[in-house]
Amino acid sequence: MKFALFTGCVARGATRELMLSTKAAAEGLGIDFVEMKSAACCGAGVMPEKSPLLTDTLNARTFALAEEQNLDLITICSTCQGNLKKSEYNINSDIEYKDKVNHVLKGGGHQYQGGKIKIKHFSDILATPEGLQMLKEKIKRPLTGLKTAAFYGCYVLRPSELSEYEDPDNPTALEEIFEALGATPVYYESRIKCCGFPIIMMNKDASQAMAGNALIDAIQSGANCVVTGCPLCHLSLDSYQPDIESLREKGYSIPILHLPQLVALALGYSPKDIGMDSHIVATAGLDSILAAHA
Amino acid sequence: MATFRIKRYNPEKSPDSYYQDFEYDFPEGATLLDCLNEIKWTQDGSLTYRMSCRSAICGSCGMKGNGHALLACQRQAAHLMKDGVVTVEPMGNMTPIKDLVVDFKPFWEKIDQIKPYLKNKEKPPEKERRQTPKQFKVIDDASTCIMCGACYSDCQMLEVDGNFLGPAALAKAQRFVGDSRDTATLERIKELSQPGGMWDCTHCGECVERCPKPVKPFDRIKELMAVGLEQGVHGNVGARHALSFTKSIKKSGCLNEATLPVESIGYFNFKGLFDLLPVGLRMLFKGKIPPLIHKSCEDVKDVKRIFEELGE
Ligand code: FES
Repeated sequence: MKFALFTGCVARGATRELMLSTKAAAEGLGIDFVEMKSAACCGAGVMPEKSPLLTDTLNARTFALAEEQNLDLITICSTCQGNLKKSEYNINSDIEYKDKVNHVLKGGGHQYQGGKIKIKHFSDILATPEGLQMLKEKIKRPLTGLKTAAFYGCYVLRPSELSEYEDPDNPTALEEIFEALGATPVYYESRIKCCGFPIIMMNKDASQAMAGNALIDAIQSGANCVVTGCPLCHLSLDSYQPDIESLREKGYSIPILHLPQLVALALGYSPKDIGMDSHIVATAGLDSILAAHA
Repeated sequence: MATFRIKRYNPEKSPDSYYQDFEYDFPEGATLLDCLNEIKWTQDGSLTYRMSCRSAICGSCGMKGNGHALLACQRQAAHLMKDGVVTVEPMGNMTPIKDLVVDFKPFWEKIDQIKPYLKNKEKPPEKERRQTPKQFKVIDDASTCIMCGACYSDCQMLEVDGNFLGPAALAKAQRFVGDSRDTATLERIKELSQPGGMWDCTHCGECVERCPKPVKPFDRIKELMAVGLEQGVHGNVGARHALSFTKSIKKSGCLNEATLPVESIGYFNFKGLFDLLPVGLRMLFKGKIPPLIHKSCEDVKDVKRIFEELGE
């Protein structure tokens, strides 16, 4: 299996452990990820506030780069996934617009054809019957006893017509992966909610109330950790966690893992190898749960 | 046979709400509203909800089905059944008055707040003020709002901050900001850039899912933001954030996470910057601060060329 890997900006900056664990998970599973080093940022839903055309053109360039390699494009960030899908939709639903975009791309020697490659989140290729079978075959250290709560990230769910899921109000992709890894999924209402990250600078109180509500829900549903496919959710839920008042009042805290970390953990990588020691909320408790069930 | 698990509430009898199950073997094609009517007429006349047109036009029958806002007359009961049960609750973010009826007061107050009427100081023309089809297209989607409150009910921002204008009022604002006959654009945009306005939207996209019409409030909010940036209303965190973000991509092809927070908060907003300190320090100690020398993506020249060619 060979894919073009669209890393996104955050995996190269504030959550480098995501990159580290993605590489580990890919190595353990025998997936060949070709890093798209000249792809620009997806726009993160912020650049379209300035200019949708600019965002779509930069993303068309990214798609053209994957087309040139004849590889499907894999994201490791829910926000990248949603924003690339949105551009793909915008461009392919209006032929005149597509021509306009391609006219700009021409100057750099690229052309976007459309329909040639697929854009998928890492979890999408794992949550297929073949992907789940592969996980079951390759795991070395089943995550028995670990109660994992999925946190999907808005952009892989909404708008539903661009989501890879059949029923984005009731997704099961991450939970299926957890089960294949030997962990026990915890279903809770907030797993499809917003983490509050987009407004952390505009309205910190509201942002952290959102994150707090979700984490309290996960904890009270019995989760040992929250697992997300979005590094922005990770920032909101992990890096900012000590600031969340509603959690502090209850004396709660919960480790937050990136999905590739959970996969790599089951593939036998040590927590340190996959950057779990760089988290703000300590993940050591998870080790003892796993050790107790080993 | 289906079970309709309905949230009941009657403050005249008890301050507590409770769920009550009704069994009804509905005919094929019955909407949720058809079922509620049948239950009210044949099983419990006290069951209270709003309805009128039965055709998804009046916007009266908003409620929650299986946890999400919808129009009861627009959705077939069969499509809502889960293991033989349909759960019906009042809409969220508003106070229940009785059973499925909620108090729309805050919803209307916010619609009022955005001044939902044409503002034009120029002398009225002899006949009507006309629009070309192209001009109308800008406000076409927002014009289809039926004020049902579904987006307001499920808005994730309103769940944590009642001060937020909310998707319906912001979509309505776009209907006037985008109106070629309205001359108060700048005044409106300045109002909408205040705390609780358009920049407080958390991008969750929930409103787009719940809206029963083509309004797509989140998309309208994005259009408002674009107008704000275009009109030079930049004196707020949201606008500075969008500008700093875009500038960073132009420079290096990817986001510079070190400059974005500082530029968004504003170099002279000492209180705001001070608030960033704890998280900044925590991340610094864990080696999570982005590299000091920000690395560009390969072939950043082509990215810059695209910016320039598009005049950005
Ligand atoms: S009864 Fe009018 S919209 Fe449902």
